[in-house]
Amino acid sequence: MMESSALIQTIRDIVQRHNKMPTRLLQILREVQDSLTWLSAEAINAVAGELGISPDKVRSVATFYSFLYTEPHGSYDILFSDNITDRMLGNRELLHYLSERLGVEINSTRKDGLVSVGTTSCTGMCDQGPAALVNGYALTRLTKPRLDRIVGLVNAKTPLEQWPREFFEVVSHIHRADILLGRHFADGAALRAVLKRGPDAIVEEMVKSGLRGQGGAGFKSAAKWISCRNAPGEVKYVVCNADEGEPGTFKDRVLMQDFADLVFEGMTVCGRVIGARQGFVYLRGEYRYMVDALKATLQSRREAGLLGEAILGDPGFSFDIDIHLGAGAYVCGEESALIESLEGKHGVPRIRPPFPTTHGYLNQPTVVNNVETFASAAKIAVQGGDWFASRGTAESKGTKLLSLSGDCERPGIYEYPFGVTVRQVLEDCGAKNPQGIQMAGPAGHMISEKLFDRRICFEDLATGGSFMVFDHSRDILDGIRNFAHFFVHESCGFCTPCRVGTSLMRDLVDKVHTGHGTRADLEEMRKLGQIMRVGSHCGLGQTAPNPVLDSLDQFPESYERRLRSTAFEPAFDMNAALEQARWLTGRTDPDAYLDEEILQGAMP
Amino acid sequence: MSEESTFTLDGRKVPFRDGQTIMAAALAAGVYIPHLCFNPEFPPHGSCRVCLVKVNGRMQASCTAPAMAGQVVQSETEEIREIRRGILQMLFVEGNHVCPACEKSGACQLQAVAYYVGMLAPHYTHFYPRRPVDASHPDALLDFNRCILCELCVRASRDVDGKNVFAVQGRGIKAHLVVNTPSGKLGATDFSLSDKAAQVCPTGTILSKHSGYEIPIGQRLYDRKPINVVGDVAALAVSKGGRRHD
Repeated sequence: MMESSALIQTIRDIVQRHNKMPTRLLQILREVQDSLTWLSAEAINAVAGELGISPDKVRSVATFYSFLYTEPHGSYDILFSDNITDRMLGNRELLHYLSERLGVEINSTRKDGLVSVGTTSCTGMCDQGPAALVNGYALTRLTKPRLDRIVGLVNAKTPLEQWPREFFEVVSHIHRADILLGRHFADGAALRAVLKRGPDAIVEEMVKSGLRGQGGAGFKSAAKWISCRNAPGEVKYVVCNADEGEPGTFKDRVLMQDFADLVFEGMTVCGRVIGARQGFVYLRGEYRYMVDALKATLQSRREAGLLGEAILGDPGFSFDIDIHLGAGAYVCGEESALIESLEGKHGVPRIRPPFPTTHGYLNQPTVVNNVETFASAAKIAVQGGDWFASRGTAESKGTKLLSLSGDCERPGIYEYPFGVTVRQVLEDCGAKNPQGIQMAGPAGHMISEKLFDRRICFEDLATGGSFMVFDHSRDILDGIRNFAHFFVHESCGFCTPCRVGTSLMRDLVDKVHTGHGTRADLEEMRKLGQIMRVGSHCGLGQTAPNPVLDSLDQFPESYERRLRSTAFEPAFDMNAALEQARWLTGRTDPDAYLDEEILQGAMP
Repeated sequence: MSEESTFTLDGRKVPFRDGQTIMAAALAAGVYIPHLCFNPEFPPHGSCRVCLVKVNGRMQASCTAPAMAGQVVQSETEEIREIRRGILQMLFVEGNHVCPACEKSGACQLQAVAYYVGMLAPHYTHFYPRRPVDASHPDALLDFNRCILCELCVRASRDVDGKNVFAVQGRGIKAHLVVNTPSGKLGATDFSLSDKAAQVCPTGTILSKHSGYEIPIGQRLYDRKPINVVGDVAALAVSKGGRRHD
């Protein structure tokens, strides 16, 4: 641990660098932790003191985000991505292997304080897993030989900058490109269009395009822009939601990595249309590896006159973009929670209405759009709304990026016009013998074989882009269990149905999974799921029961083959509960004990 | 009253002012909608979800849903009662609520609302969390086992008392009430029993020391009449069996 005076100086420097702005709190805590490996009470108090806010505000943020630690933590923090697709690729075996080789228990820190090993929610590397994070930086394509080398590097205390570059290589597997990924885009073209034709004309094109929120919710983007544009307020904001946390989704990662200019340009067009001068990219913490490159792109755009003051020489057109990094909280993908997080707070979704277009960032009118939505908007500004609307279906115009992973030969990114069938996608990605799809992630829907002719579009199967394939060798319930545990970890804890319901649902799924469930438990799951669905405060809790409710209908056999034949089975094991009492009273009959060894005299 | 400024609640016309929520309008009209984190003296919070109603066919928290002309609101239907009951049962298994031994039994809003929605047993498997009590304060006892995270004490201490004694920390099922001192102990704060924060708890989390069990069972606040008739414990004076200091 650092000397007290050195600690305070370190924190003072960091807080100064962020201009002592409380809205930068999450960014500040990330940097403080980078220096100190964890956030001690002393560090938290120092941050509060430097920012002039109360320590409990800092603590509530520090205890909310899963990548921030308020307990001692290793200098090397290794977190295995634990999505079902990582599990399909054998991550559990690798996790145990690494923990053994390093001599550290899973979910704990080694005695010498050098290294911690644990798991985290999907890191968005499903097409190149098993994946992990080391101090927040993505590791891909893990194998035992690679882990052997990592053990050596950790034990030799080799700085991350000296680790082999190929460990951190993130490849964009684009297997199918259409109008968004396939056509060349000249940087600045959309900005020239908006300057030449004026914001009104661009709004017009946006309306004609029919573009809908590509994060999956499907709200008309033009309506959002118009509402924000008309909202009273001197200061307005543009926010790009790059908090791509839905397990199985990684299309925004590819867009930010390979098409950042397009996304930034879409944001800048939006800024011009609604009258904003400031934009933010809220980038999920798992993608911190690309922050430096994104900052360089922003800088080169400033130098080219495409960002900053007087864009393209027009003194009335100023707009800049700042990057905020998340810290491991799926709920921040919900737009009002994202705004809270952007303001430096813990990410609890706000009460709506009012909506962000009138009361968003710092209570000012704000447009929050998904990465893909901004990229599409940039293209629409250049090519026109009709061009975009010529693809897709009646209610879903344009194209959709799908992130394919799981049991298929060619996982990666596929861009399709809306309306493509599930079956077509499965054929294209080389899925042999698929039994089901988790569409749109755990919050989406489970699709069995008999529904493969359904179409991907807002009228039928809406999706933010996650598409995880399960073939017939898989046990669907393994996936359901993984998702149930995911929601427990990610619930923000604000409202009762989600905070408690996710834990109750996990316990019920575990009970069935371990062979202790009965028909009564399945009925219980349905009732509980209904309470969560209709009663929760935000989309997280409302969709958390989806995997269970869908699979009960679509894959009843996955549950039934594990059920006990009795009508009811208690949640506790009577024999286990009585074991110690029986031992104390000296019972020796074999029926008294579960474990043979106890009969030999060992105390239970 | 013009036609535009009413909605129907279980078939009854309820007038409202612009900007009022369904809960506030119902309360003003004398119609009870069960609630826990809502207290009319504070801005709505919307976290307990007990006050769910069906608004034009969609379930919403009545404490945050704006009242609008012509809305058709359902509250006392069996479907909604069942959902409310489920939410109450969740709260009971999440903490450790030992009603028969609790000093607030009979004058507890959580217990009274549970009876109101027809909850007779916790139904779900108990979590049995470990939550040590805090007896460090000379006059008050904090029993975190009974906390339902309504944040009323947090809000009251911060916004009314100006003391900021309480906070909620942690995420998800690990979210919990804390005391804002380095030791985490109430004894290290300037908290007082006359604080607003001591009067708003809908459960028995914040208790006064040196007196207890003074009112016998049978004569406690909700022993004779249900909460929809009696009203919230936080709204009633101490002399009437409530928590409010006059």
